[in-house]
Amino acid sequence: MTSWLKSAPFYAYIGIALIFIYLPVAILVLFSFQDGTLPVPPFNGPSLQWYEKMFENERLLDALFNSISVAILSSLVTTLLGFLAAYGMAKRLPRFAGGIRFILMAPLTVSYLIIGIGLLITLNIFGIAKSLIAVGVGHAVINLPLCFAIIYSQFGDHMKNIDAAARDLGASDFQTMVRVIAPIMKPSLFAAFCLSATLSWDEFIIAFLLSRFEVTLPVIIFEMLRAGLTPEVNAAGTVVFAISFTIVALAAIVMMIGVREKK
Amino acid sequence: MSQAKQPRHLNLTRWAIHPALWFTVVFFAVPLAVMLTVSFWQRVYGKLTATWDLANYIKFFGRDYLVESLFNSIEVTLLTTVLSIVLAYPLAYALAYKVAPRFQRIILLLAVMPFWTAYVVRSYSWLLVISENGVINVFLTGLGLIDQPLEMAYSRGATVLGFVHFFTMLITLTIYANLVQIKPSYQKAAADLGASPLQVFLRITLPLSIPGVVVGAFIAFVIAIGDYITPQILGGGTEVLVPQAIMLQVSRAANFPMASVMSVTLMIVVIVVYLISAKHMKMERV
Repeated sequence: MTSWLKSAPFYAYIGIALIFIYLPVAILVLFSFQDGTLPVPPFNGPSLQWYEKMFENERLLDALFNSISVAILSSLVTTLLGFLAAYGMAKRLPRFAGGIRFILMAPLTVSYLIIGIGLLITLNIFGIAKSLIAVGVGHAVINLPLCFAIIYSQFGDHMKNIDAAARDLGASDFQTMVRVIAPIMKPSLFAAFCLSATLSWDEFIIAFLLSRFEVTLPVIIFEMLRAGLTPEVNAAGTVVFAISFTIVALAAIVMMIGVREKK
Repeated sequence: MSQAKQPRHLNLTRWAIHPALWFTVVFFAVPLAVMLTVSFWQRVYGKLTATWDLANYIKFFGRDYLVESLFNSIEVTLLTTVLSIVLAYPLAYALAYKVAPRFQRIILLLAVMPFWTAYVVRSYSWLLVISENGVINVFLTGLGLIDQPLEMAYSRGATVLGFVHFFTMLITLTIYANLVQIKPSYQKAAADLGASPLQVFLRITLPLSIPGVVVGAFIAFVIAIGDYITPQILGGGTEVLVPQAIMLQVSRAANFPMASVMSVTLMIVVIVVYLISAKHMKMERV
């Protein structure tokens, strides 16, 4: 009893912290169902009118499609490159391993804004037009280090044995990688892909700097904000939030199951 | 793998790291080098001209409002980082030591999930809470506690609030990851030798958890000092931080040399902070 009493303030703190963390999101979601033009109290809902309005907004739907395309394509690239790099590093440490890891991880220490500005100026100097492809490349730059780190962290010593076993049984380089190593690494590949996709899906500044006519969802939402608070932004925001929440949760669950199976 | 077999298998293994390496060099290192170069150039009649001088840097540090944006950024970022640590530490501590192990992961996941999700939306959602007719003001007015709505949105305080909300999650994660790595035997030994719970915390647990604090604080610092969205949405026009100043140069004036100077300056600040904190960061995976 006394130990429970002693812990009570800590439980209370956890509760308060969770409220603090979820408060704005909860209000965002609640007022996306507002029946009226202002996403602030009093709550008159529930109503789906703003979701209906959102799905009639062509520009928003285009942006939704663009966001999904950029997220999937850039994440395919980062997962593939990250896997190859992790395999290369884990298999046999190359010369200059420290230097290579430094270069691969370096983008993590530079602000997205600066990476975006660098790419923008470079495009400008070489006379290349801004586009969604540029946005995808920018997203791949920021997400590659994470994909590499996630996949690399799952390459244990046992991988070397499995790799050697596959080779002894006559598998070629390519066969070993594609038919033996990659299937074993599936959980971390999936987690890396999900994380990369959700970060791309949410990313604003690079998408804002490098896109022109075709834009992504966060950019549209930012533009809508200039008109002030409206429940339509809440509805769009709720959709963005729900999708990224789902992807991250999926990644976390797959990762946890993968870790448990290994044990 | 036997030596004799190596030559046949060498290729793919050796080349596997190259795509990622070259991708990073071409799309990350080269653009940064271009940016650094352009920071020494001038814009003459709207065209970039290689002048190779420090004129832009002299201009940057000669303009009061630009220097001020740098100091604003550093102040806001430091304030954010310190407050986030203060809020995150008890949370990480409570999770690591007061919650049954089988619930720890799920609560941690719950506590850090929103960190990975929907950045623009999260800043915006704070506006719904703190704006003039937002939830807090309506609630307090309804209770009769205040007559006039409190002015909370569009201020430095609002920017810091948005940041602290974001980074409390991140730093909780890094501190928690550190706390669960500390061997309980250290704390038990100290307690057996007569240390009070407070002494055990101050002299064993806290010092051993510093790497987790520093890693989290460093990541928070890097993200916060380069963030445009939070000060733009929550801070309003009350003060300009460096990212906002950079965006003004890019969008209004298309002044790439000046934007480059500011970006390079931000990078130097981050490098300095890294050098200061690096020796405390020796921690395997966080």
